[in-house]
Amino acid sequence: MNPRRKQRLLAVSGILVLLSGGVGAMLYALNENVDLFYTPSQLIDGLGEDKKKPVVGQRLRIGGMVVKGSVRRDEHSLKVSFDLVDTGPVVTVHYDGILPDLFREGQGIVAQGTLLDATTIQATEVLAKHDENYMPPEVAEAVKGIKHVAPKQTYPAGTP
Amino acid sequence: MFKWLDPYAKPQVLFATLLWWQRWLMPLSIVVLLLGTVWGLGFTPADYQQGDSYRIIHVHVPAAIWSMGVYAWMAIAAFIALVWQVKTAQWAIGAIAPIGAVYTLIALFTGAAWGKPMWGTWWVWDARLTSELILLFLFLGVMALQNAFADRQTGDKAAAVLAVVGVVNLPIIHYSVEWWNTLHQGATITKFAKPSMDPSMLWPLLICILGFALLFGALTCLRLRTAILQHEAHRPWVRQYVQEQQHATV
Repeated sequence: MNPRRKQRLLAVSGILVLLSGGVGAMLYALNENVDLFYTPSQLIDGLGEDKKKPVVGQRLRIGGMVVKGSVRRDEHSLKVSFDLVDTGPVVTVHYDGILPDLFREGQGIVAQGTLLDATTIQATEVLAKHDENYMPPEVAEAVKGIKHVAPKQTYPAGTP
Repeated sequence: MFKWLDPYAKPQVLFATLLWWQRWLMPLSIVVLLLGTVWGLGFTPADYQQGDSYRIIHVHVPAAIWSMGVYAWMAIAAFIALVWQVKTAQWAIGAIAPIGAVYTLIALFTGAAWGKPMWGTWWVWDARLTSELILLFLFLGVMALQNAFADRQTGDKAAAVLAVVGVVNLPIIHYSVEWWNTLHQGATITKFAKPSMDPSMLWPLLICILGFALLFGALTCLRLRTAILQHEAHRPWVRQYVQEQQHATV
């Protein structure tokens, strides 16, 4: 390789290495600020090394699994509330609006809203998260023991 | 080590080679894409959770994977163009960039169309979606920069630098769903583990991924050939080629 090419090779590789280092350091510094949402544990225990907790009234997103049996619907309106959990702490979400089709108990969701108190959120938007597993219903039944039932759109009066 | 590659730096030799590849890749890519999409969109079973909506994966995932793959190839061409100053590599950057931009657009559009019924929103500023949008801007930036200078050489060089520098975004896109929490789910097939997809759905997806790759190859051959003709228009071999073409069509 002639000296000029060698020089250019070093220059281009050098720029690339320095830049990756720079971007890497930047992303590391941003770290949890890039996260889309708080998990229930982060909301309650605080975020990052200095355990910074969000303040009441702050707009934020919360993401977690809908606790089984925690969905309570209002009979006369679209108001609904449910609990979210990840590894321990439970956070309650209140919402007034239409839930996405994939919303169900045990499903991961992301809600955006304001913090009412340490563990309660008034959501303005609820999004459903789904995982990276795809399979036909009969396989899901055999593998996971999940019987596929389309989510209920109406609930009879008297259901909690 | 790479001495065998030297002849291909010559536009005339590369032109003939690309023509040969294009003749194979173009029909093959169409057949493979048709097979994959018809099988995937029409004949795979519905998903246990998402029903029929998940079928768009057969367009979304190949486009998204190859938006990054195309970028990687463009960056390799840019690297060669910068270090070895091979003309044909410089032209390849301009030939590849629009293909990548369209793949990225397809990935973003099908993602939005899939997100609305499943997540409940067209768009969310999470790490995966945002970094993929940046990829689109990188492609557009490379295209704009290459044509932004009165002097073609300056434009080629500037575009090559941007293309190489933008490589940093590729690992960010890929690992965004692992490093941060996002609305977008984790990887289904591009990971060192068994794909989390039933074989009946996986096969058409793999065929579609292959189809998008072949189409990228075919389009690159086509566009790079055009670029070679444009840049070499004053050379005798091009004039001779054009004359032969005219005789062939008469």
